[in-house]
Amino acid sequence: MEFNRVEITEEATEIVEKLKQQHGEVIFHQSGGCCDGSSPMLLPKEDFYIDDNDIFLGEVSGVPFYMSHDQFEYWKHTHLTVDLTNGRGASFSLEIPLGKRFIIRSRLLKEEEISYLNKKEG
Amino acid sequence: MNYSKPKFKEKYGNYINGKFEAPDDGEYFENHSPIDNKLLAKYPRSKASDVNKAIEAANNAKDAWGKTSVTERSTILNKIADVIEENLNEFAQMETADNGKAIRETVNADVPLAVDHFRYFASVIRAEEGSASELNENTVSLIIREPLGVVAQIIPWNFPLLMLAWKVAPALASGNCVVLKPAEQTPASATFLAEKIGDLLPPGVFNVIHGFGPEAGKPLASSGKVDKVAFTGETTTGQLIMQYASKNLNPVTMELGGKSPNIFFNSVMDHDDDFLDKCIEGAVLFAFNQGEVCTAPSRLLIQEDIYDAFIEKVIARTEAIKMGDPFDMETMMGAQASNDQHEKILSYIEIGKEEGAEVLTGGAAKKLDGDLSKGFYIQPTILKGHNKMRVFQEEIFGPVVAVCTFKDEAEAIEIANDTLYGLGAGVWTRDAHQLYQIPRAIKAGRVWVNCYHDYPAHAPFGGYKKSGFGRENHLMMLNHYRQTKNMLISYDKKKLGFF
Repeated sequence: MEFNRVEITEEATEIVEKLKQQHGEVIFHQSGGCCDGSSPMLLPKEDFYIDDNDIFLGEVSGVPFYMSHDQFEYWKHTHLTVDLTNGRGASFSLEIPLGKRFIIRSRLLKEEEISYLNKKEG
Repeated sequence: MNYSKPKFKEKYGNYINGKFEAPDDGEYFENHSPIDNKLLAKYPRSKASDVNKAIEAANNAKDAWGKTSVTERSTILNKIADVIEENLNEFAQMETADNGKAIRETVNADVPLAVDHFRYFASVIRAEEGSASELNENTVSLIIREPLGVVAQIIPWNFPLLMLAWKVAPALASGNCVVLKPAEQTPASATFLAEKIGDLLPPGVFNVIHGFGPEAGKPLASSGKVDKVAFTGETTTGQLIMQYASKNLNPVTMELGGKSPNIFFNSVMDHDDDFLDKCIEGAVLFAFNQGEVCTAPSRLLIQEDIYDAFIEKVIARTEAIKMGDPFDMETMMGAQASNDQHEKILSYIEIGKEEGAEVLTGGAAKKLDGDLSKGFYIQPTILKGHNKMRVFQEEIFGPVVAVCTFKDEAEAIEIANDTLYGLGAGVWTRDAHQLYQIPRAIKAGRVWVNCYHDYPAHAPFGGYKKSGFGRENHLMMLNHYRQTKNMLISYDKKKLGFF
């Protein structure tokens, strides 16, 4: 059986697909810190510089999901689901003008998921 | 005095070049109050063309404004402070309607602190001096500070007027023109301020642009015609803004939040006195402003030998927090600023429980009656766990504190510094040695010692580590908005002798 670190809900997928048509290639980057921190940000791919300091967690509806490696150290035992809620977020995330906000739902990874992912990621 | 939701116009404009202007494409967004989710007013959904107009107005105004005397700028800043003070109740009501925070906070903290901030910067520029050094008998070095020109400022929604004052007062005091983008959740007080102080400033010196981050924030932060970008917010947008600024080789300052430890050593329980009472309040300050503070003391560290007795008092004080209509002066904690924040906070409480944190009090949304049932309220929540849990590591930005114990000083310091962030911290003790040594060992820009959540204008504020860089408040802030001009003058009539 295959496992992953990150998934996305149908509601969120719908908005991601809409925004892909509008903005072309996009990425998710998990934010931290003040205000709208701890929320995932959907950004135009060419806008945001990704390098070895970022961890690639997987793809959700064709969009790569990244997090900075030091933040990942505190998050790696949890499984993430990108969901959608109504609300007026402040940030540069592309869904903001729609009055929608991506939100992360988390749960603990199970033993079998952890051993699968550890093997896969080496 | 009875407080209530103030009257809003149906819609507002951007404030550009001393006038309110409709957005070019005529698009507006609706701003709802988090108190009851009812519409307050519409604000411009600005795009690049609107932003560029504001930047152009600021550029046209910068030479004349940069040459005004400090006396003149100081007088104007004092008048701005007077106007805010004269309208204190209106500002407070607007802020409560817009952000959802309790009126007792806006009346006693947000607005008076904003007033004082303008007065502080009005004062310090009068007393400041440059420097002159005689480098040798024929050479004199003069250091003169010059304004940068046009400053872009993007501010958050947790203290809309106060964060405006923190950024706008020093920028204007140092002779810059400002293009300000308030957060889209809280556009009200910046607009109200522009209405009230517009005639005090020359056109173009202070501009307010409303809109969304990707549509209005991005063209502002990436403009080649601004000379600096100042941002308060989260880390991903912080990095993005730095990237935009790097294309223009523009300086930036970043205030990106924290996960501040609030440390209580066992000596606080030595006596049952006023100081212990203050300590208990200090632990409960996690609920101040519904926890929507970058420096919220959201990790509570208690020495293990006093844990049971101390936490019992903290829980009792937390459970005495009165929630209700934010316009009621008796209400201690109001609404979270928006639905998405409300959802995010609840999702954190869930993952905390799943990770094994014990809910000592709260742990759920708060249901209020009547119109308030549509608002976004959370019970003040205490979660007991350990520092590796995500609720100890991420800024929840809600009334949720994560508590753990420590054995000794070394463990307290280790836990306090085991975080990506370093904005604030609190240290509470009766031990004179700990009073100095523990704050020095904590990697954070502001360590409150036997107090918390005090924000005087004369004390520098800013982060270590991923909490950002640059400082706000204090006169050192002026140099974040200025160039250093060095005039190196020779009084020697003789040539160098090289050519």
